[in-house]
Order: sequence, then C-alpha cells, then structure tokens
Amino acid sequence: MSAITRGEVAHLARLARLALDDDELDHYAAQLDVILQSVARVTEVAADDIPPTSHPVPLVNVYRDDEVRPSLAQSEALAAAPAVEDGRFRVPRILDEE
Amino acid sequence: MTDPIPFDQALQAFEPVIGLEVHVELGTNTKMFCGCPTGFGAEPNTQTCPVCLGLPGSLPVANAQAIESIIRIGLALNCDIAEWCRMSRKNYFYPDMPKDYQVSQYDEPICVDGHLDITVPTDDGPVEVRIDIERVHMEEDTGKLTHAGGDTGRIHGADYSLVDYNRAGIPLVEIVTKPVVGTGRLAPAVARAYVAELRDIMRALGVSDVKMEEGSLRCDANVSLNRPGDPWGTRSETKNVNSLRSVERAVRAEIERQAGVLDGGERVVQETRHFHEDTGVTTPGRSKEHAEDYRYFPEPDLVPIAPSREWVEELRATLPERPSVRRARLAAEWGIGDFEMATLVNAGVLDLVEATVAAGVAPDAARKWWSGEFTRVANERDVDPADLPVTPADIGRVEELIASGALNDKLARQVFEGVLAGEGTPDEVVAARGLAVVSDDSALLAAIDAALAEQPDVAEKIRSGKVQAAGAIVGAVMKATRGQADAGKVRALLLERLGVSDA
Repeated sequence: MSAITRGEVAHLARLARLALDDDELDHYAAQLDVILQSVARVTEVAADDIPPTSHPVPLVNVYRDDEVRPSLAQSEALAAAPAVEDGRFRVPRILDEE
Repeated sequence: MTDPIPFDQALQAFEPVIGLEVHVELGTNTKMFCGCPTGFGAEPNTQTCPVCLGLPGSLPVANAQAIESIIRIGLALNCDIAEWCRMSRKNYFYPDMPKDYQVSQYDEPICVDGHLDITVPTDDGPVEVRIDIERVHMEEDTGKLTHAGGDTGRIHGADYSLVDYNRAGIPLVEIVTKPVVGTGRLAPAVARAYVAELRDIMRALGVSDVKMEEGSLRCDANVSLNRPGDPWGTRSETKNVNSLRSVERAVRAEIERQAGVLDGGERVVQETRHFHEDTGVTTPGRSKEHAEDYRYFPEPDLVPIAPSREWVEELRATLPERPSVRRARLAAEWGIGDFEMATLVNAGVLDLVEATVAAGVAPDAARKWWSGEFTRVANERDVDPADLPVTPADIGRVEELIASGALNDKLARQVFEGVLAGEGTPDEVVAARGLAVVSDDSALLAAIDAALAEQPDVAEKIRSGKVQAAGAIVGAVMKATRGQADAGKVRALLLERLGVSDA
C-alpha cells in the first residue's frame, strides 16, 4: 500500500500553487511514496536511546557579515502573489465571523 | 462583568505576580537571515528577498552582528551563554510570516539564568529590586498587517488584510523574566523601572535604537493575582504597551480589573489582552485557555550556534559601564541631584553634556546650554539634540569668549543662533554678525549721555543719591547698544559720570 495517494499529491500541489499535469502527478506521487516509506523505515529502527538528528553534518557557527545586499523590487516581490493591493500582499479574511 | 476595584483596595486583598516579556529589534544593517536592509518607514515590500519571503530554494544564513549583539545583551543581564544551541521553527497559521513559521528558539535559548538589579523610585525613597531573567533568545520579527474592509481597522470584522513583509526577518531579541513576586503595591512601578533600565542598557550597548513608539522595543506584561497564602492565580498577558508610562498603567489596570473579577467570585480567563493608551484599560484578545501547538522543531537550514568561550569573554570585555552606575558617577562629579540628572537624561543630552565637559567646559555651563537653548531648538526642529550642528568644541570656544569678556550671555546666545543656523564656527559668527561686547568707553559714554538727556528726572534722582534708579539708564544704554555692552561696566561708568558712588 502506498504512503501517499495521487489525490493527496494533487491537493498538496494546489496548496503550494503548483500546476501539475497528469503525468507529473503520477511521477511525483511515486517519488514522494518512496521518500515517505524510507522515513517510515527510519522511525521503525530509531529506538528511544537514539537522539533525533537535526543536522546530519557536524557544522556550527555559519554566519554572514552584516552587509546590505540588494532586495527585490516591489513588483518582483509581489509578482507571484495571487492578489495585491497598494504594494502589499492581499490575503483572505483572517478571522471568521463569530 | 464586574467592575475594577481601586488599586489600594485591590492590594489589601491580593498579591500580584508579574512577568515581563520584552522584544528588542536589533539595530543591525541587515535582517537576521538575509542581506535585506532594515530601515524603518520604507515603501511596503521593498526590503524583501527570496529568503525573507520564504521562496522555494532559498537558504537563510545567520547575521554575525546579531549573534554578537544578543550575546552582549545576555552578558549585560548576567546570563550564562549557551555553549551550543539551535534555532527552531515555530509553526503557525497567520499571514504575518510568509513561510508559515517564525524562526525562533524553543528549548535551547542562547542566554539563560540572568538577573538585573533595578532601582525603583517610591514615595519613601528608592528601593532596590532584583529581577531574575529566565531567558534571552533570538528570533525574527514578523511582517506588518493592515486590516481592510471593517470600520475599525482591526482584525475583527475585516474583509481582508494587506501584508508588508519589510519587517519580516529583522532580528528580534526576546527577554523573558522569571515571575516577579513580593513587590505588592510597587508592582506597576517595578515593571516600568525594569523596562526603563533595559532600554538604557540596550542603548548603552548600542544594539538597538529602542524606540517604543516605532516598535523597536515592545513589552508584554503578564499579571496574576492571588490571595495571601494561596497559589498563584491565572495570568493575563497584556500587549500593545507602547511607552514606559503605559507599562506602569497597564500593570495597574490589570491589577484593578482582576481584583474586581476575583472579588466578584468569578475567575480570571487566561488570555491575551490589549492595552488602550487613550482610556487606560485593557480589553480581551485571543484566548490562551488552550495552549497552541506550534510544532516546534530544530531549524534544519541553520547550523547550531556554538559561541567559543574565548569569544564570549572578548565580548564581555566590551560591555559598557551600566547606565545607572554611570549616571550616579556623573551626578557626583558634576555636583547635581537626581532631578537635574533626570532632566538631562529625558532631554537626551547626557552624552552631549559629558562630551562638552570633556572638552573643558564647566559642568554647569555645559548643562545650561544643552538642557536649555539646544533642547529648545532641537524640539523646534524635531531632531535629536546630537544632530544639531553644534559641537562641544564650539561651546568651549563661546565659554572662553565669555570668560575673557568678549561676549556676554546675551551675545553668546546670538553666536549659537548663528552656529545653529549653519553660519560657521563661533568665531566666524562673531565676525560676520559683528558681535562683540562694546567696551570702548567713549562709545559707551556717548550712549550714557544720550540716555541721561532723555530721562532728566532719573538723572536727577541718581545725582541726589538714589543709586537704585541707575537701572533705568543702564537698561536704556543696553538697548541702544543692542545688548553689546557689559551692563556692569555701563553702570560703573554712569555712576562715575554723575559723581556718585555705589552705596
């Protein structure tokens, strides 16, 4: 049995605003299934005495200097937004009517 | 709905426990995890990039300056600095972060277990209180929402919202106290004194401009009440406290409100409340009865922070003198009291007075210029006194000219008027405006004779020995010379002219 259905992948794609055609949905559904099954196998063998790994590479203290780099133009920042008003991202009502 | 109980009455029945969460926006040039600028007031969404917009494929990298700043803050608050800690993702559904999570710290804050000793002014004199610091952690600020379509501009009743992500990702330091108990009726003043001291320390460290009105220092006040001997009560968390005065008022208002609720036999609801500056009351916001699950997990895109002990000690050596200690030292050096010191601090001229004294000016004169003339001009121009075009060296030069008799106080003001108008150095202004005390006796005697001729009755009075009448003639001469004479000298010449001696 697969860990993720084609319908779930389609739903995820819609949430992420990715336009996937039928072939792509089949392709990614199969790939995501492999990934999820692999993760499931890890959780099977990870006993309580094994600390969760947050960072696979033993690297610390990676910083950047406090130097300004160019930002996106407002039009670029808003380019992928579904709705825009007054130079701002327009989002649906946050609180439902009570 | 129960009515609040007056403060004094509330304190007879209940003991308050307070806790303060202070957010400080760091004054770095760039954001926490990307190189976008952090200036206040830019056009919306002009200070964003793929990292702070959470676009796919972007990777955050921590700002070295921000990490250094938070360690210095932790050290100034007597905290232990973690040898190893991680950032975490705090997941939630709210559009103020484009990523749907805020990078923060959860169970591994970078600074822990500190304390701050503060002095609280009371009617019975200053009281020392130790505030224990639970943690100081690093996170990123959120974007700014504007709610549209309702009548009030508030989230309730809005049809939709607009988001500006310029602020999203600016480094934010959260400083959390342990519960402060046993302060009783002083609780509101303690809260205020603590935030004021924190603000001073941040300013002295140079890590933030700590402007409460612009939100670069924000305070949430937790308050609960219990009857003596009972366990602590349920707390509320008051937000939107945007000035030191509001910190004190908000804590007081919550004590009065909760006392009313408890006294009426009801229970305090665990919730977020909003303080209203205009009415001085708090109103309910989000309920916190059900703990939200933020599904914290270690941020996989950022490697752990492991400050070396050597670096921590280097940073410890950069800590400035604590502001309250410095104020006490300078007050003693300058021979002034708490009130005079508070005047300088509130006017924002303490550093300037110190620099002026260091330039060789007497403390009294340095204070006089900065807290008088210059503060007034700075207010008129709506600028910081430090940004006025006048330097400690200018003040030193003018004071020299006064001491040598070349200028009097009135002329000195005119010199500074010119300096502040950008007319050049004090000497250039003196030359250009022709400002100099008239000390030429013949010019003064001519002016005196003219004044005596105009007021013959006054002249007669003085001749007959009524020396106190001389003021009218001196005044006329000062007026005639447009203030450019030395009044003492005019008086002496006048009495000599009339052949009377000063009684």
